[in-house]
Amino acid sequence: MIRVVLPYHLRTLAHVDGEVTLDVAAPITQRSVLDALEGRYPMLRGAIRDHVTLQRRAFLRFFACEEDLSHESPDAPLPDAVVSGKEPFVVIGAIAGG
Amino acid sequence: MSTVRVLVGTRKGAFLLTSDGKRENWQVDGPHFSGWEMYHLKASPADPNRIYASQTSGWFGQIIQRSDDGGKTWNQPGTPPGAPPEPGPPKAASNKFVYDTSAETGKPLTTHQFYDGTQHPWEFKRVWHLEPSLTDPNTLYAGVEDAAIFRSTDGGENWHELSGLRGHGTGPKWQPGAGGMCLHTIILDPSNPQRIWIAISAAGAFRTDDGGKSWKPINRGLRSQYIPDPNAEVGHCVHHIAMNPKRPGVLFMQKHWDVMRSDDAGDNWKEVSGNLPTDFGFVIDVHAHEPETIYVVPIKSDGEHFVHEGKLRVYRSKSGGNEWEALTKGLPQKDCYVNVLRDAMAVDSLDKCGIYFGTTGGQVYCSPDAGDSWNPIVRDLPAVLSVEVQTLA
Repeated sequence: MIRVVLPYHLRTLAHVDGEVTLDVAAPITQRSVLDALEGRYPMLRGAIRDHVTLQRRAFLRFFACEEDLSHESPDAPLPDAVVSGKEPFVVIGAIAGG
Repeated sequence: MSTVRVLVGTRKGAFLLTSDGKRENWQVDGPHFSGWEMYHLKASPADPNRIYASQTSGWFGQIIQRSDDGGKTWNQPGTPPGAPPEPGPPKAASNKFVYDTSAETGKPLTTHQFYDGTQHPWEFKRVWHLEPSLTDPNTLYAGVEDAAIFRSTDGGENWHELSGLRGHGTGPKWQPGAGGMCLHTIILDPSNPQRIWIAISAAGAFRTDDGGKSWKPINRGLRSQYIPDPNAEVGHCVHHIAMNPKRPGVLFMQKHWDVMRSDDAGDNWKEVSGNLPTDFGFVIDVHAHEPETIYVVPIKSDGEHFVHEGKLRVYRSKSGGNEWEALTKGLPQKDCYVNVLRDAMAVDSLDKCGIYFGTTGGQVYCSPDAGDSWNPIVRDLPAVLSVEVQTLA
């Protein structure tokens, strides 16, 4: 079971509280996790990745295991701790002031 | 007794303000979509319980929301809350605005002029304006940034560009204004379903007479000193256009500078700024029953986006322009430095026409007597982006 932490506004859009848990078929990658997330919560389609290019939206970041994975290939395997469910895959909004 | 419902979009959520026809006591409902920029909310004239909303964010992009019960509940079209997951590709497309490409080459249809003068491809950013059909609750138009017009015929679930607008040839001369290159005004002709007017900052006004297949610029008479050829066919920074639906084809425009009118559906424009203290501004609207009575809120200048002399004054002309009177009763007349953005004025259709506007300071004002006097409905909302009003039986 893959754990995903969403920022507040995406939790509101998806009508969920707290972490999301997903069944994701191997290989466990950014792409497969986000595909599963959007499949279960279609209202998030376009809010994390561009509809057409599937590129990460500019002001979002992907973290896991205290590392920034935002610039990793979307098809690179996620850390074992994410695959085992020990650590969550975190979608986070970039900090902006003002 | 009639009631009115005011739909307010702000920088940090949406609010619905309701009152009976006296328009004295108001119920404030909100914020809806708390924390999101709500660029525009507008209800279907054919079904007053159907309201569409544009919800945007620099982080999460564009969301379209729809209510089928007058704003009590909302959902993204095509993705009802609580619906069980189904196999297959994600269904949500209500926020999918994809520009058409060239049928021959598959490449972008056109480019536009960027800030540095180079040509730049269109990139979708947000929906500025939603215009529901006058007759079908499931049909609506979206004016977007970068400037284009999209249409949905299934209640906002799917969108398709009317690409004749970008593709007619002047696209490479369009350029973004300070607020971006946005299509912010859509006016449907109640007497001719094939005719639509739109306006773009900074390209100008355009019209279709064939339901959106082909478009032409309608900017003859506009004069803009801030572009190389002040009388150019396109490139003018039109801020807003208004029309009384009972008199289609007579249009009033607030341009970057200058207040203009056209009596021939936009083919020709003439300036009617007259005795305004400054003719820079964003909003313009027309009285519901007196088609020669129009309203603007003069703003000091393009470099100082707040009201002139620290006084919040609506100016009314009862002669279709040129002769203007300041309306001040109930509005702050000192130390006021708010702006009124282009979609933030509306009129109701009660016998005694009500006028409404919202400010960047978070106030929403109502005049139940066509502008003679004003009362704040609310004073402390986030900055107001848009105001629309429904007159309900």
